[in-house]
Amino acid sequence: MRLDRHVGPALIAATVAAIAFVWATPFLWTLVAAFRPESAGSAGMASLLPDFTPTLSNFRLALESGDFGLYYLNTIVVVVGVLGVQLVTISLAGYAFARLEFPGRDTLFYVFLVQLMLVPSALIVPNLRTTVDLGLYDTLAGVMAPYFASAFGTFLMRQTFRGIPRDFEEAAAIDGAPWWAIVWHVLLPMARPGLIAFAIVSVTAHWNEFLWPLMVINDPANHTLTIGLATFTKGAEGAKEWGVLAAGTLLVMAPLAVVFVAFQRRFVDSFVFSGIKG
Amino acid sequence: MTVDAIITADVLDVPSSPVRTVRRRRPPSWRLAYALLLPSLLGLAAFTYLPVLRVAIDALYVTPHGAGGVARFAGLENFARVLGDPAFRQAALNNLVYAIGTVVPSVVLALLFALAVRRSTRFNAVVRTILFFPSLVPLVAAASLFFFIFLPGVGLLDYYLAKLGVSGPNWIGNTDVALWSIVGLTVWKNAGYYMLFYIAGLQNVPRDHIEAATVDGANALQRLWYVILPALRPTTVFVITIALIHMLTAVDHVVVLTKGGPSNATNLLLFYIFQEAHENFDTGKAAAATVISVAVLLLVSLGSLRGMEAGSRREA
Repeated sequence: MRLDRHVGPALIAATVAAIAFVWATPFLWTLVAAFRPESAGSAGMASLLPDFTPTLSNFRLALESGDFGLYYLNTIVVVVGVLGVQLVTISLAGYAFARLEFPGRDTLFYVFLVQLMLVPSALIVPNLRTTVDLGLYDTLAGVMAPYFASAFGTFLMRQTFRGIPRDFEEAAAIDGAPWWAIVWHVLLPMARPGLIAFAIVSVTAHWNEFLWPLMVINDPANHTLTIGLATFTKGAEGAKEWGVLAAGTLLVMAPLAVVFVAFQRRFVDSFVFSGIKG
Repeated sequence: MTVDAIITADVLDVPSSPVRTVRRRRPPSWRLAYALLLPSLLGLAAFTYLPVLRVAIDALYVTPHGAGGVARFAGLENFARVLGDPAFRQAALNNLVYAIGTVVPSVVLALLFALAVRRSTRFNAVVRTILFFPSLVPLVAAASLFFFIFLPGVGLLDYYLAKLGVSGPNWIGNTDVALWSIVGLTVWKNAGYYMLFYIAGLQNVPRDHIEAATVDGANALQRLWYVILPALRPTTVFVITIALIHMLTAVDHVVVLTKGGPSNATNLLLFYIFQEAHENFDTGKAAAATVISVAVLLLVSLGSLRGMEAGSRREA
């Protein structure tokens, strides 16, 4: 009986550790394979044991065959561009829903929420036509445009603003501050946790996005990281350069991974906070 | 804070009466409000509401191939063509199998993971990070890695299976296995994400209910089944909803790994739409298939709203 009490938890811990190990294997393999010398041959490529002198030659080959510098730049332009515009649109709309009274407010709010169900990737076909009509086909602006307005962000900012006591604004208003000064100097600084949560989710989503940029972008000069990686993967497959494939994939995953490890708590909180975005 | 918490806060929010003197000095607030909403409304109109309308209209027209083709009103012809297309039927069936095959194990694993690591110890924190990490990686990158994992003979999976004396099938080349390989990848990618919601949900399960059940002699399994699971119902409805939406809106791995093959074995609705639009340039079929997929998405969302209402009624 006494033995059972100790064996149970130990068994659970061992199972959990085993599952975590299985979950981590694809990443462990990437790390090992990316630094494995090419000469090791294809047969032992799958080994997870780093039984070799690490080399950077896979990274050199990856950087030569894919234009990663350009991909990084384009992806950063998209991610920053989307987030920059979103922060303005969601703050304004969030303020209107949280603090102003106007006819049709509740109806409009529900109209906004409908977007949560109609995820943009379901609408790639009509959105591509709109993008062409707007003259944005094959531009990074075309990749960004569908995300400039965010129902989820508006919802998040409305909740965040509502959580801030009105006393602060009323004091400022009595001093004669206009609405925009109140938003800028009083509300936004206090809404920082909401803004950061939204920023993390938005940046992750657009850093990782693939299908929509693939449809909009044609010119290789406008390729983002994910499109570049897909092309690159095809090349590495053809040449059976698994170490290069691992190195290229690592290059795409690394920036978010580093930020994640540094700000883990924030990331996890933000994702829980934002699950509604899906 | 969880989404559930946000929604609860929203429901409980009591409109506070504004201070009159302050309001009179401002311009009529409705004009300002509409001005502030305008940028968002323009964006939503251009890329959410009008596209739904547009795709519904496009679905009724047939446009011949090539430039200068004039669209011709065709009624429901596109829908008939789509529904009569064996590739579409295969994609729809695959999507159903893929959805059930992925959502059930992902959600069950997410719950088990959450139960296993809910206490904050250092060991659990590491495990949580490992389990959550795949959901942070681009689906394209995951697909690139799994290309090697599924590689026949020398790939990660076959290499270690061989050490156990087992020889695996051609993971993504065999029509009977390929879809399940995609399922496996997706479960690996998403379970840790859904786990986060269960960890948050578990924190809201009233501690005294669990203790009361323990005092009444309920064992761990009974506590899970009769106390914890019912309390987690809103989380479960929510997680299933986002999981089902994922099943209809993410096909990056299919694009990179299998291109819907072999012989349509891994074709999914969104991939079918993508192919019709981007490779076959059949706008009518792509539009009709989009209408069908949007209808399914709306059904999923409505279903989840009903699930949540039923849950709250039971609690009330």
